[in-house]
Amino acid sequence: MKRIISILIENKPGALARVVGLFHQRGYNIETLNVGPVFDGSFSRMTVTTRGSENDVEQITKQINKIIDVIKVSDLTEGDHHEYEFVLIKFKHSEKIQKILKGLNGKIHEKNKDVMVMSAWGSSSDIEVAIKSIGKVNLLEIARSGSIGLHEGEKVLKI
Amino acid sequence: MKLSGGDLLMRALKDEGVKFVFGYPGGAALHIYDSIFKQKAFEHILVRHEQGATHAADGYSRATGKPGVALVTSGPGATNAITGLATAFMDSIPLVVISGQVQSHLIGTDSFQETDMIGISRPIVKHSFIVQNTQDIPRIVQEAFHIATTGRPGPVVIDIPKDKTDPSQLFEYKRAKEISLRSYQPRVLPHPGQIKKASKKILSAERPVIYAGGGVILGNAHKELISLNKLLKAPVTNTLMGLGAYPAKDKYFMGMLGMHGTYQANMAMHNADVIIGIGARFDDRITNTPSMFAPNAKIVHIDVDPASISKIINADIPIVGQVKESLIALIKEIKRAKIKIDSEALDRWNIQISQWREKHGLDHDLYLSKIKSSMIAPQVVVQELYHATQGNAFVTSDVGQHQMFVAQYYHFNKPRRWINSGGLGTMGFGLPAAMGVKLAFPKQEVVCVTGEGSIQMCIQELSTCLQYNLPIKIININNEALGMVRQWQDMNYGGRHSASTYSDSLPDFVKLAQSYGHVGMKVTKQSQLKKTLEKAFAMKDRLVFVDVYVDPNEHVYPMLVAPNGSTKDMWIKKNTKA
Ligand SMILES: Cc1ncc(C[n+]2csc(CCOP(=O)(O)OP(=O)(O)O)c2C)c(N)n1
Ligand SMILES: [Mg+2]
Repeated sequence: MKRIISILIENKPGALARVVGLFHQRGYNIETLNVGPVFDGSFSRMTVTTRGSENDVEQITKQINKIIDVIKVSDLTEGDHHEYEFVLIKFKHSEKIQKILKGLNGKIHEKNKDVMVMSAWGSSSDIEVAIKSIGKVNLLEIARSGSIGLHEGEKVLKI
Repeated sequence: MKLSGGDLLMRALKDEGVKFVFGYPGGAALHIYDSIFKQKAFEHILVRHEQGATHAADGYSRATGKPGVALVTSGPGATNAITGLATAFMDSIPLVVISGQVQSHLIGTDSFQETDMIGISRPIVKHSFIVQNTQDIPRIVQEAFHIATTGRPGPVVIDIPKDKTDPSQLFEYKRAKEISLRSYQPRVLPHPGQIKKASKKILSAERPVIYAGGGVILGNAHKELISLNKLLKAPVTNTLMGLGAYPAKDKYFMGMLGMHGTYQANMAMHNADVIIGIGARFDDRITNTPSMFAPNAKIVHIDVDPASISKIINADIPIVGQVKESLIALIKEIKRAKIKIDSEALDRWNIQISQWREKHGLDHDLYLSKIKSSMIAPQVVVQELYHATQGNAFVTSDVGQHQMFVAQYYHFNKPRRWINSGGLGTMGFGLPAAMGVKLAFPKQEVVCVTGEGSIQMCIQELSTCLQYNLPIKIININNEALGMVRQWQDMNYGGRHSASTYSDSLPDFVKLAQSYGHVGMKVTKQSQLKKTLEKAFAMKDRLVFVDVYVDPNEHVYPMLVAPNGSTKDMWIKKNTKA
């Protein structure tokens, strides 16, 4: 089952490598990874999506928690949550692609004679579906942000 | 007064109470070595290989309970320290390993003797630091010791680029009163609700087993463990790492469990209705096939590391906390509880265990029955050693059959006396570890029981032992083979001894010891064994290397049947399953 793990971590050199390294070391795969500074900039928030059973995820979160630089870890998939992903897509002029992306909050950022660059965002599964239906024809390049997410309601990840 | 980075480091180590630093110099560490020359707070022990430095610091830590410190240069110095770091990491030993690094502006340029120490060591350290500002050195050292010694202990690396110890750059020394890290707050006290549940479960048991590991020793909780069992009177088993946590001579002690554990300990685990795991991690050498492990047992698991709980075997009652604090709380709760343990059931259980012991238990009197035999049995060497040292020695060991024989036959009654690499199984650990122990306890007997394979992995430290006058006793159980490898080949590979023998190319260990300035003795006959050991131990101020030729065909038994075996499935002797 797909899991979204949110991690609040010290924004220090090497901290990200410790988390990423741990996934590999313990035999788990990273599907998507997003990271950026938050609050006063001394923290980073990472979002990692992976696949695993309940037990796997319990082990992963416990092991991540042991990393000295990690402040908090939470499996968003355990409860109700918001989850989105952002994509940038470059393609040769195509009505079809434009139409698909429009349906996903699509926005045009560049349009010239040969290529177009558009952004779109939505739930990862919607993004997944969109990318599949775009197919290969006319597509030049895709960049994905990876999932980011928050718990629903009062629950937050902070110190 | 303002200090250079090197001097800041000295001051910080002094303020941590460091007495010994085990190290080896090189270019990137030269400023630091100059600072060492000028200080008096600790003694620097010059080893002969950086692996030796890390193992010696590790042995010092295991014997004293204090953190061990090693210092190495960049590049090859750092990589040579890796095995020692991994060894300490697997057994949760608090070490602080300081590595020199190339100058900051050269990092990333493939400069001379540059390796990414932080990157290489990442998966085998509890934490690591690279010094970016000289003035941070005192804080980093303080944090490193704090992290290494608290929670689940472990090794910490501090990588120091050479320019950060430049003697011409001076800074103020500042030491914080207290360390508080927002991202690191290990749990100390157990959850009271869990303690209540555990007490209830334990007191309703009819066939309880206490399964205690190295965490009891690391957490200095052996007294509490003994107190707990004064109340419970349950059978106790220790892991390889836990030997000494519970007195071996106590009547409730069943010996070690697991791969080469005693018959009664492994049978008790399989048949228990409640297993109280304390500072132990249910690893694969203990559980055999996890799905077949202790089919009828409820598991109470106390550990300071939440990630150790329910990792392999699901815990019914997990308790996260320091072992000592958790046991104190548990003892209190058990004393207060209204229900009492069913003493009749418990008596029946203890009798059952005695019967198992009688049926297939270890023979601790082999040294009597084998007195006339021509070849020396390795088990007898350990038994004679036990008697020669009255069971009071610090015993380090290497890895292989000899290690298991010590674990089985040397009765450890006190914690921190049995010093071995359990988790990583590092050949070469024994001799340098013994140096660390001997430095900490110069008046006590320190013995390294090794094999002719293992001892050759760090043999160069014999030279260090001469320089610092460390009269360790080395008992080389010489079976002229990588005995444990050969045992597996005998049992699983039709006796094809692929790359496990070298009898025609072994060194003359007596001459070898002598050329390093020590005493060498050789024993080939049972009749010489006792006398030679006595002679060796009588030489109080000399390192004596006793090379004992033993029966090369001995195997270690019991041995769990794998794969697809539970802990009741054991080889009890050659070709015989229990
Ligand atoms: C550094 C290292 N390399 C390889 C091994 C695998 N290994 C485990 S026991 C053993 C044989 C050890 O031989 P020896 O020291 O003579 O002990 P014996 O088993 O003969 O008592 C080997 C090679 C190991 N544990 N450590
Ligand atoms: Mg051998």
